[in-house]
Amino acid sequence: MAVCIAVIAKENYPLYIRCSANVEDELKFHFTVHTSLDVVEEKISSTGKTSTARAPDMREFYLGQLYPSEDYRIYGYVTNTKVKFVMVVEASNTQIRDNDVRSMFRRLHNAYTSVVCNPFYILGSNISSKAFEKVVAGMIVDEQKKELFT
Amino acid sequence: MTDNASGVLFDLLHSQLVAYIYSTIDNKNKCVSQLESLGFRIGVSLGEQLTKDLPRFRDELEVMKFICRDFWSSLYQKQVDNLRTNHQGVYVLQDNAFKLLTHISVGKQYLDCAPRYLALSCGLIRGVLSNLGVKSVVTSEVISMPSAKFQIMVQRT
Repeated sequence: MAVCIAVIAKENYPLYIRCSANVEDELKFHFTVHTSLDVVEEKISSTGKTSTARAPDMREFYLGQLYPSEDYRIYGYVTNTKVKFVMVVEASNTQIRDNDVRSMFRRLHNAYTSVVCNPFYILGSNISSKAFEKVVAGMIVDEQKKELFT
Repeated sequence: MTDNASGVLFDLLHSQLVAYIYSTIDNKNKCVSQLESLGFRIGVSLGEQLTKDLPRFRDELEVMKFICRDFWSSLYQKQVDNLRTNHQGVYVLQDNAFKLLTHISVGKQYLDCAPRYLALSCGLIRGVLSNLGVKSVVTSEVISMPSAKFQIMVQRT
């Protein structure tokens, strides 16, 4: 369960940011997501060294953990259309596994694709689709919801 | 719905769409650009859908190959017959039996009507490319039905 989920457009402005309900300072998360974009850019730039160890990563969408921080872990995912998803998870949350994060990103990607295919959605504008919000709400940790369902 | 059915449906819907646009818009010069911008929006959505399950593209040539193979076969049930490039950002896609033209004629008949049937497809290509980060200008040319050539000029900044 994430604490914050963000969808960032190709031009690096946010299309959608949602934080969990019980955080005091939403702005801190906005800032964290913004700084993680640098790491994302670095990972997706193909002008970097292309050693054989990195070659398989170049074909994947999932970027893995972006950088460690004392309170939070941040994961990134980029699509072919250069839309980035960033997820912030509490560092104390040890139950969440890499595969869980991958499947969450996959669901986010599917939800985002549905939003784009909606003819009423104006490209590049904020996402206000209820269906998308429902998918995200299912992934954000909420103080009322104590279940482990991701 | 099988692939055959969706191909036929798209063909029929497209020809009706062209007829509708031409009957409702008074300024006939605007029809082609209207069709092209329709194609653009559809192309963006289609691009998002189709690239969801493919591995990440490394460079522009891979994007072009995706257009010629996966994109073309999902729309027209065949692949592009010929792709040429001058490696300076100009690509020419040649389809010897373009699906939306095969039912119109073979040879030179109705040649002057061909551009309106290609406008949507030009927009589709431009939309997919723009979504994948490639700004371009797409034009089409028909010398002899039903073979069509699409020229993509990539705008490099």
